[in-house]
Amino acid sequence: MSKLGKIARRTFLIGSAAIVGGVAFGYYAYKKPAVNPLLDGLADGEAALTPYVKIDASGITLITPRADSGQGAYSVQAIMIAEELDVELDQFKVDPGVPSAAYYNTALAAESAPFPSTDDSFTANTMRGVMDAMMKFMSMDITGGSTTVPDGYTKLRVAGAVARETLKAAASQKTGVPVGQLKTSKGAVQLPDGTEILYTDLASEAGQIEPVEEVQLRDPSTWRFMGKPTQRIDIVSKSTGTQSYGIDFKVDGMVHAMVRTNPRRGGAMLSFDATEAEAMRGVQKVMQISTGVAVIADNTWRAIQAANAVEIEWGTAPYPPEMDAHWQTLSDSFTPDLVDSTLRDDGDIEAAENGADVIEAEYRAPYLAHAPLEPISATVHVQDGRVDVWTGTQIPSFLRSNVADITGVENENVHIHMLVMGGSFGHRLEARVVKEAAEIAREMKGTPVKLTYSREEDLTHNDTRQIAMARGRGTVRDGKVQSLDLGIAMPSVIASQMGRQGMSVPGPDTQIVAGAWEQPLSIPNYRVTGYRAPELAPISSWRSVGASSNGFFHDVFLDELINAAGADPMEERIRLCWHDPSRKVLEKVAEMSSWGGALKPDQGRGVAFCMSFGVPTAEVVEVTNTDDGIRLDRVWVAADVGKVVDPVNFENMVQGGVVWGLGHAIMSEITYSDGMTEQENYDTYESMRMYQVPQIEVAGLENAEQVRGIGEPMVPPAAAALSNAIFAATGQRIREMPMNKFIDFV
Amino acid sequence: MKLTVNGTDHEVDVEEDMPLLWVLRDALGYTGVKYGCGVAQCGACTVHIDGEAVKSCQISAMDVESPVTTIEGLGTPDALHSVQEAWIEHQVAQCGYCQSGQIMAAAAFLAVTPNPSDGDIDEAMSSNLCRCGTYPRIRAAVKTAATKLNGA
Ligand code: FES
Ligand code: FES
Repeated sequence: MSKLGKIARRTFLIGSAAIVGGVAFGYYAYKKPAVNPLLDGLADGEAALTPYVKIDASGITLITPRADSGQGAYSVQAIMIAEELDVELDQFKVDPGVPSAAYYNTALAAESAPFPSTDDSFTANTMRGVMDAMMKFMSMDITGGSTTVPDGYTKLRVAGAVARETLKAAASQKTGVPVGQLKTSKGAVQLPDGTEILYTDLASEAGQIEPVEEVQLRDPSTWRFMGKPTQRIDIVSKSTGTQSYGIDFKVDGMVHAMVRTNPRRGGAMLSFDATEAEAMRGVQKVMQISTGVAVIADNTWRAIQAANAVEIEWGTAPYPPEMDAHWQTLSDSFTPDLVDSTLRDDGDIEAAENGADVIEAEYRAPYLAHAPLEPISATVHVQDGRVDVWTGTQIPSFLRSNVADITGVENENVHIHMLVMGGSFGHRLEARVVKEAAEIAREMKGTPVKLTYSREEDLTHNDTRQIAMARGRGTVRDGKVQSLDLGIAMPSVIASQMGRQGMSVPGPDTQIVAGAWEQPLSIPNYRVTGYRAPELAPISSWRSVGASSNGFFHDVFLDELINAAGADPMEERIRLCWHDPSRKVLEKVAEMSSWGGALKPDQGRGVAFCMSFGVPTAEVVEVTNTDDGIRLDRVWVAADVGKVVDPVNFENMVQGGVVWGLGHAIMSEITYSDGMTEQENYDTYESMRMYQVPQIEVAGLENAEQVRGIGEPMVPPAAAALSNAIFAATGQRIREMPMNKFIDFV
Repeated sequence: MKLTVNGTDHEVDVEEDMPLLWVLRDALGYTGVKYGCGVAQCGACTVHIDGEAVKSCQISAMDVESPVTTIEGLGTPDALHSVQEAWIEHQVAQCGYCQSGQIMAAAAFLAVTPNPSDGDIDEAMSSNLCRCGTYPRIRAAVKTAATKLNGA
């Protein structure tokens, strides 16, 4: 049993506070609380507390601050609290809470620091500490970077345990039975004689006593929910059409808006003519906003129809209008003055290349849209001195200050209500739809305005994944990889994304090399250089961010070298890998796929490995070269997240990540022509469909020390494993995505 | 204009070209029906008309002459349809946004193909997109649903 040590207690000061008719448990924000997140519903004395658990006579509420865009985050967070609190999974409701600096995401900040996740050295941890403070300062109450589980793993369990022990203390006080003789189960304290007192009946007493802060976390062997299959709390509603999403939100008196903004992203609007639109049925108003035109109507469809009828003349884009120039910019960026980082520089590349045959290759990864299936929307209601915002978001704190700026209402009077999201993949790290809705609502004070994008408006204004290019040089000797020198050029995602929030981020952008520089491989001469290309079209964090392109570049180039060395792709990767949990995921996929076994004619297999977000992941893809093109037969995946909190959700997320990685690699890209996104809908921005989906077998290992999230790390190795498999089946090496530009798929 | 949805008669006054999808969602409040693309690509808007799976973004409400069933009419949390039971058993949903359409497509398909092969399932379900990639679970759930329906 792990008694919480001194450090842990300082980090997680869990306390309690009385609320009307009950008690709230949570942690005190770092020393001095930033801003009390509970504007609604808590009295003065409770100001220092950020709650995770609220209990009153009406029931138990667990607060799960990390947003749920489909990854099961609400369930996973609730399970971690419930495990220690001793409540059944149907005994509470879940509330995402309100944005707060006190919910800052420690794990995300740690991942932003430039130390590989395998590095537990003093400097690495100190740097992570620095980033943590910065994060807190910037109040990044963010969902991202696969950090929901790592961030909550201790915090949420401690919150549950403190609540449990305090409720026991309250029961003891009430009954005179010593705490040591009390037990808890199913939302109640049990007395030795079998009597039960419901938590809800102890809530007010618990609010009056000092919280029990010294708690023991349960030994994992006694866990009832964690590590076991549980039913997701939203699974019934999501199987019956009863789950309400942002796009379904309704409030009395609401009007519907749709906007048109420049498809040449960031360009000006020169003129517009709304005569036709204004005459259309249901249209109440057409107004100019800072980015374009908004149409207000009495339903969504009419707003969309009328907005499309507005004639608009758009200015030029601030980036090159055609793709050739985007690629040329990247190609020109491999220069000494644009070096952003050389975080990996082992051995002596020049000496290794001297007199050896140098293998060279160039790789490309296109712009990609997030395109979650639910078009984005936001509802904003501006009143005197108060604004309410209902939307699905990963960045509630940013939104609050954006809306405060736009409406002139004080930050603390802007109320963000988080709604369930029909997917995100990073799309909802952006503020555009909320800013536009706030601008419209400001002009329509007193009337709630719901802005819903059409699919076309959404897709043509997607802040896409970065475009990226890589150049590899390498040598082999005696059947082994001797040197690997990889340069990666891309514009900075973080600069583009933070720029839209009016912030600049100093120093190198580690995302330019993420998924490449931190690979736990002992190649004797090994260098990864990041080149910061000039800003092009707007880009944003797309599921697995830098690693989404770099995992492909790094591992396919490694595969080329291993092939040149004449070594076995699996054995050589295992030989090169010095990190135990990483080697084990490779060994696991080798075992699962019976690597080295006989294949049918025209079949081929590729393996790829990538460590991203601290999660070592290995994937084997098996393809057949058929008359109709490449068919994906099977995929085996092994990943190590330290602890699999929910095995069913884990498998679902892993399979989804693989489908995401493979589908985009095969067929998706966003391109610009005349400065405009050429893909307007899913007919041209294609995704993997059922008939193309291989069988996907999943293994979750638990050898790693740290607990990690699973949302993103499956993506980077998928494309690489596919390219390597196609090479094995056909001898054709595909170095650019989407791959269907080079080879046919079934 | 008259429209029968999940057994209830509605009188609606809308434009001739207003798609059934938007009449269901905006005029009548059947928000279980989802808008994903509006151009027949994603299947999120799938409903049944006369038992047949139809993309409701592709037909104007005016042209609907038979009763419409939406996900809300297929089954409810307290009285699940077998396909919904299977979806829950396999915990198919991630974001869940596509699943109304997936379930409606599967239910219509299984009604005419009680013993589908893997190939049949792949073909029937390929006009429904899932950006979250829940396809492996959908496949398994369709098979379970077929067994349930045959046993019923
Ligand atoms: S909304 Fe009808 S098919 Fe996509
Ligand atoms: S579950 Fe998210 S789109 Fe299918």
